Amino acid sequence: MVLLMIFQTNPIASAVYLVFGFFGLAGIYVLLSAPFVAVLQVLVYVGAIMVLFIFVLMLLNLKKEDLIYDKVTWKKIGVVLLGLFFLGFLSYYFISIPDLLPFTPVAENFGEPKAVGQYLFTNYLIPFELTSILLLVGIIGAVVLGKKD
Amino acid sequence: MLILILKILIPFLIIFNIIPLLIWLERKGSAYIQDRPGPNRASIYGIRLGGLLHSLADVIKLITKEDIIPDHVNRFFYVLAPFLSLSVACITYAVIPFAHPIDINGHSFVLQAADINVGILYILATSSLGVFGIMLAGWSSNNKYAMIGGVRSAAQMLSYEITLGLSLLSVLLVAGSLTLHDIIESQGATVWHWNVFRQPVAFFLFVTAAFAETNRNPFDLPEGESELVAGYHLEYSSMKFAMFFMAEYAHMIIASAMITCLFLGGWQVPFLSTEFLRGHADAGLSILLMVHAVLFALFGILLLSKFKKGKFGDNRDYEVLIIGAPLLLLGLGMGLGLLLHGSFDLSQLGSQIFTAVVQFMLLMGKILFFCWVFIWIRWTLPRFRYDQLMRLGWKTMLPLALANLAVTAVVLLI
Repeated sequence: MVLLMIFQTNPIASAVYLVFGFFGLAGIYVLLSAPFVAVLQVLVYVGAIMVLFIFVLMLLNLKKEDLIYDKVTWKKIGVVLLGLFFLGFLSYYFISIPDLLPFTPVAENFGEPKAVGQYLFTNYLIPFELTSILLLVGIIGAVVLGKKD
Repeated sequence: MLILILKILIPFLIIFNIIPLLIWLERKGSAYIQDRPGPNRASIYGIRLGGLLHSLADVIKLITKEDIIPDHVNRFFYVLAPFLSLSVACITYAVIPFAHPIDINGHSFVLQAADINVGILYILATSSLGVFGIMLAGWSSNNKYAMIGGVRSAAQMLSYEITLGLSLLSVLLVAGSLTLHDIIESQGATVWHWNVFRQPVAFFLFVTAAFAETNRNPFDLPEGESELVAGYHLEYSSMKFAMFFMAEYAHMIIASAMITCLFLGGWQVPFLSTEFLRGHADAGLSILLMVHAVLFALFGILLLSKFKKGKFGDNRDYEVLIIGAPLLLLGLGMGLGLLLHGSFDLSQLGSQIFTAVVQFMLLMGKILFFCWVFIWIRWTLPRFRYDQLMRLGWKTMLPLALANLAVTAVVLLI
């Protein structure tokens, strides 16, 4: 899905493929026994952020002539090969460590909203508050940038 | 495995069967509100059935119409958008519980298709996905007016999702859990514990936000613009337009289902809790069947008394006979059968199934009542202008929802 996204010329097509990719990610979260995070991912990422992405892309009104099909140069092939090599190197490194492999089962109430909420408000309270201030700064920045003066 | 397939199929089938009923209800209901008789001409062999056959005629027309895909659209999204709208509407129904869980041999069957721990959030997530269908439809039509309609609708749905979520949060604070089953359980069987009376402000906010979410009047802009100039489903012909149409009614059913489950106590029978129903299932079954027999018989007699040859002059005279006589016979037959059979003796499984059926019927009744409220308000109130709509959403309803949340939290702490 994400591979399909990279190879599109039309930006809205790649945005929609990104949405499908996020669905896949939510599925992976469910398989990792974190249904709360999965639903939150769909709700926030797909439901709000991607909607706004597609909103803006639609209002840009790109015509077919603006979407230039990039040519495949030797530089680009080299970069892709380097990325693949790096990926192979990392996976070999991870597989070759013996005690990383046997996975321990998680606790009984691992992905439950109750447990997440409890940790969010006791252990991780300060990052929580800082994140909300960060979001507030983002909102104020957007309002300032969008003013008519 | 079979049970799982049944649990998946039944909500889907319920939605798809209620949609024609809603179409009929809307056209007849709107007609009687506007003091006119409404569609009453479609007939099979002269039997008109009061306009119910118009839904069938609509379906046949929409299926057999020519399916035009214009040249200037973006083909992939054009075809994808109505499919997305309809499938998102059908997915949402999976987490709504139909009745109290049934215990068979100690293994409890939960009567909803998906018993996940984050029930409400799943519904919110799938409502956010409904925005996508509309936006993609508006953009892929390659038409200025369609795109404006789509963009406006997306902005409206996004704004009112916040109010939806916040008024939902106050209900969650009271109930203490995210699953719909726990929320319905926490509203007991007594009517004054239902969330309508415990959280009236949240109820009104949620109902209004649900109107905005389903693009229903008075927040009718994306759909109503198509009556004025254009809308997001401008360039769509037969079956895709039918899918948008069905998606709108399916969204309406979802919104009604959510309102019932969250505020009106879902499948709870007023004043009769689950244990009471299960304990007195035998008497309950005979009473229910007797009441139904009496009602059928009376209705049959009423219909038969309206038979007057020559009233319409064609086959419509016999309509009342065709419906009235079998009803009367059914009522008499049921009554006689009950009297002859004596009292029932249900096993534990039987009493649980009886309870589940009663609760399910009540849930359906409440959902249909709210669908009727949706239709009623659509034909009563005029449409909002776009800036009025946005101002209402952000400046009025959002602060109200926040204040409600704060007050609920404070009251719960005390």
